[in-house]
Amino acid sequence: MPRRTSWLSAENIAFVIFLIFMIVYPFRTDDFGILNAAYFAALTLLALSLSMIWGKAGILSFGQTAFFGIGGYLYGIYTLNVLGSAQTWVGLAVGMLAGGIVAAILGWFMFYGGVNDVFVGLTTLALTLVLQTFMAQTAGPEWTVGEARLNGYNGMYIPQLSFGEMPLYGRPLYFVYLAILIGVYLLLRWLSSTRWGYGLLALQENRPRTESFGYNVRLMQVQVFALAGVVAALSGVLYASWGGYIDPSSMGLTAAITPVIYVAIGGRRSLTASMISSMILLKLSQLLASSAPEYALVIFGLLALLAVLFVPEGFVVALFNLIDRHLLNRGGGNLPGMTAPVEEVTANG
Amino acid sequence: MADAQPLLMLDNVSKRFGGLRAVSDMNLTVGQGELRCLIGPNGAGKSTIFKLIMGFERPTSGTIAFGGDRIDGWPTWKRARQGLSIKMQIPGVYPELSVQDNMRVAAQNHVASHEMAESIRGLLARVGLDGLAGEQVKNLSHGQQQWLEIGMALSAKPKLLLLDEPTAGMGPGETEATARIVESLNADGMAILVIEHDMAFIRRIARTVTVMNLGKLFAEGTITEIEANQDVTDIYLGRS
Repeated sequence: MPRRTSWLSAENIAFVIFLIFMIVYPFRTDDFGILNAAYFAALTLLALSLSMIWGKAGILSFGQTAFFGIGGYLYGIYTLNVLGSAQTWVGLAVGMLAGGIVAAILGWFMFYGGVNDVFVGLTTLALTLVLQTFMAQTAGPEWTVGEARLNGYNGMYIPQLSFGEMPLYGRPLYFVYLAILIGVYLLLRWLSSTRWGYGLLALQENRPRTESFGYNVRLMQVQVFALAGVVAALSGVLYASWGGYIDPSSMGLTAAITPVIYVAIGGRRSLTASMISSMILLKLSQLLASSAPEYALVIFGLLALLAVLFVPEGFVVALFNLIDRHLLNRGGGNLPGMTAPVEEVTANG
Repeated sequence: MADAQPLLMLDNVSKRFGGLRAVSDMNLTVGQGELRCLIGPNGAGKSTIFKLIMGFERPTSGTIAFGGDRIDGWPTWKRARQGLSIKMQIPGVYPELSVQDNMRVAAQNHVASHEMAESIRGLLARVGLDGLAGEQVKNLSHGQQQWLEIGMALSAKPKLLLLDEPTAGMGPGETEATARIVESLNADGMAILVIEHDMAFIRRIARTVTVMNLGKLFAEGTITEIEANQDVTDIYLGRS
């Protein structure tokens, strides 16, 4: 049966509502609320990075937090050594590039070495833990890079992103972060709909088969791993700049698993679902931390368990599918983000 | 390239898996536009030959040439871009995607974007799946999935199409339809190498037949010659 293709899908409607909410929100809340939302936006980039690598390419990585940390630390090291507000933006690029380069090198060794599936999870988890352990023992004064003291668990002081002489703060900070989040989201969605994105979708289901259609599968895996590394590092830069601080706990076991849980609960195959779910769960996590910290992990664990057992596509994606099927009369069960022009093929077919 | 030169040539190809010799000193050629069947009892090494041609496995020794190039060191994706395409024994379709998206994945590296819709429409009609473009592949029948996979293999506009048991699990009607598809492709000049067990199907389509046994070339000839060959009957019945 011909299925109408249009931009009118639950996923796109949800994105527009999300965007409107995020634009209006800072005018309806106080300074704390604004800063808090900016913090969520920074961390949600990490969820997008994971959704790209895990949801769109089928590579479950616990290394995104390592790239997050690399981004944050490298931004700090650069901006402490090269002073000046314009340099904070160069620092942002340096942090992203560092995350991308480390991811590309690790990805090259893994994918060209035939490491796949669960072993990628183990390798990337090892990277995260090694990096955390290393950074944890940098408390001594001998651990400095130029002017930057790494400082172990005492954390590293980090300059903030600035325009002119003014560090970003309040609404401008929030809107810069939101613009970056939305920009990255749109870029990743566009990439997912290209020839390359379709290839990723295919290779996560069957690598040898996809290679037999002429896709350079290993190269594509390295590319998407590096891209996700850049996005994770960007998240780390924004996080470090937001708080003016970073320490090794941002690369710990909990930090590595939290985004995986957020993305699994929302729906890893949809960037929109991952983004929205990450924002909601970050808020929830904060509420629980103040009211019932002892239950926070239990509740998230339970949600993740329920998702795995009953809604493997993720709660938010399941909701998208329900709305698509019953309210918008679109064929359900299709992967979010796929926008193939079906009517062109079925018409006159 | 001279017409006399075969499209595909396996020269003394061997493949060992540990102590097991899956393929031993195998020689095989497929000419331009030729339709050849590769038969033999289970474990004869037929599917391994396909894997070696496609690059899923590398030969332990020997050479493979395709279209005048030596390809045995090439990765699979490069061979595919050179004009080799395969329909695997176990359907290699993507069950979670629609028929349309399956075809798109298969065609992207070989068809320009503006020709994509037209190309997919044509191929789906050719394999009898027109009207099913929006259907999710896991909802298709086994036969339809096999045809989809042939359609996907054709998206690559191959010079040589490898079909590994294209009629496995099909009823007589579906087998006949598959035979017609294979014949029409060959009539258009496409070289095809088919692994099959169904002798009626082979009789229907094949001009030349290569028989393998225990990883080796056992016999070669027309279908009439092969069927008259008592040794071939014996290996199928386990008497050799």
